[in-house]
Amino acid sequence: MSKLVIFIETKNGEVLKSSLSALTAAKEIASLNSISEIIPVLANESVSSVSSTISTDLITKSYFVESADLKNPTPKNLTNIIYSIIEKESASIFVAANTVIGKDIAPRIAVKMNANQLSDILSVNSDSSFDRPMYAGNVIANVSINSDNKVFTVRPTAFDPAVLSGSNSAELISDYTNSSNSEVISVDKPESSRPELADAEIVVSGGRAFASKENFEKILYPLADKLGAAIGASRAAVDSGYAPNDWQIGQTGKVVAPKLYIAIGISGAIQHLAGMKDSKVIVAINKDSEAPIFELADYGLVADLFDVVEELTSKV
Amino acid sequence: MKVLVPIKRVPDYRLKIQVNSDGSDINKDGIKWIVNPFDEIAVEEALKLKEAGIVTEITVLSIGESNTKEQLIYAMAMGADKSILLKTSEYIDSLTASKLIAEYFKNNDFNFILMGKQSIDSDASQTPQMIAEILDIDNLSFISDLKIEGSSATVVREVDGGLETVKANLPAVISTDLRLNEPRYTSLPGIMKARKKPFDEIEAVTVLADLKSSISINNFKAPPARAAGKMLKSIDELVDCLKNEAKVL
Repeated sequence: MSKLVIFIETKNGEVLKSSLSALTAAKEIASLNSISEIIPVLANESVSSVSSTISTDLITKSYFVESADLKNPTPKNLTNIIYSIIEKESASIFVAANTVIGKDIAPRIAVKMNANQLSDILSVNSDSSFDRPMYAGNVIANVSINSDNKVFTVRPTAFDPAVLSGSNSAELISDYTNSSNSEVISVDKPESSRPELADAEIVVSGGRAFASKENFEKILYPLADKLGAAIGASRAAVDSGYAPNDWQIGQTGKVVAPKLYIAIGISGAIQHLAGMKDSKVIVAINKDSEAPIFELADYGLVADLFDVVEELTSKV
Repeated sequence: MKVLVPIKRVPDYRLKIQVNSDGSDINKDGIKWIVNPFDEIAVEEALKLKEAGIVTEITVLSIGESNTKEQLIYAMAMGADKSILLKTSEYIDSLTASKLIAEYFKNNDFNFILMGKQSIDSDASQTPQMIAEILDIDNLSFISDLKIEGSSATVVREVDGGLETVKANLPAVISTDLRLNEPRYTSLPGIMKARKKPFDEIEAVTVLADLKSSISINNFKAPPARAAGKMLKSIDELVDCLKNEAKVL
């Protein structure tokens, strides 16, 4: 019987939904691999304040690693912390959500475990067989992994978030050695009252056709706020400075699958579609009737966004 | 300073990749092969550092069959000084590629590695971080700005929630995001010149004896298709559909 370690990301004392989706995948992997124990690891400047205990079947204890330096940890340091726990517990599998932090640390941990890694898994088919996207999501590959130790990052939108219940003991670790030659010197993460892009039920997304940051703010923001939606953007809109980088949806940006995705003034490059095509309902508004986004849309409206978006805002 | 820029041969990003009829592979008929766009951004950044007098020599490296030379020539046509092909016809997974690149880095006199944050074929985003761990150095991933002063690098990283500025002592593995720069075009004289630049080819197996992977791709399939949608005529019609048909409002 072996053990599985999962990294649980927290923000402002809350567990991220993406980590709960990764936990669901971890439970599926555990049940097919005779895993006796799932061990969550949390690491932040203050994780003992995390409101919900990480508890579900197969979890009997968690590790909380606390240090002021861990507010913005370097991948090298975070890897060392997590690997020390993997080693102590003789775990054979490591799982994280495919977030920026997950992408940063999982491959480093894989090297330490001499394991292969599968990134961004979509489904768990058997003990060693998994589906994952390739080529901007145009291809789903069925992949086998047969290394003794295994590392996975999980596509959060492909698994329902695990429901936590009950309680367990948490071991607090506060001794922490900095082994990194790098440090975070500043962070620019604006607070927003809008929902997280990856978690939102509704996403409204804008593209190049907005033509300016001012139009983006004046026309798209009110629609998002009326719907309680998160705002996304195409690469072109981000490159042009209409929207910040972490609003970018696509192959290299965020992957979202909300109940409703409204794409406005977005033509629908392959790379953008890769980030939103699993949304439940897709609406496209574009003045070019030939735009590829219409091939994917459940509801399409050929119109100039400057003529119709404010009307939509007033009627929803 | 000397920089190593690993690059990968991938299908053109403008193509919609499709699965062949028996699902054993992607359909490679008529595919144009290019330098992975993120790696091309890394080559461009190395060239800028060289033009600024910070980098003295740019070596591009790739792993693959003989035809991968085309992409190395392209990078040298952009301006890279020399190239090396670790030749193999085996399927090379990220861990093996990382071991090969790390080994080459160790045995030669480089100051840092610049490379794309992911390749657009496997979309895995593992190799830069794995190389860094093998070499026991930092990785600075997903960067949109890079400044090098003395032996330290200051980067802006595109992270969840915004931007992060990180300062690191070199060596490090630096991986590039989309907004770092726009790669230059190659010119015909550049291509002619590239063919005369040093190109070295060695068998990958002489760098690392065991190339075999414990990952295997069993089959490929197309993602689930979406049912055809409806074209609507007005906002009223759209709001009605969203409320009463899709019931998402």
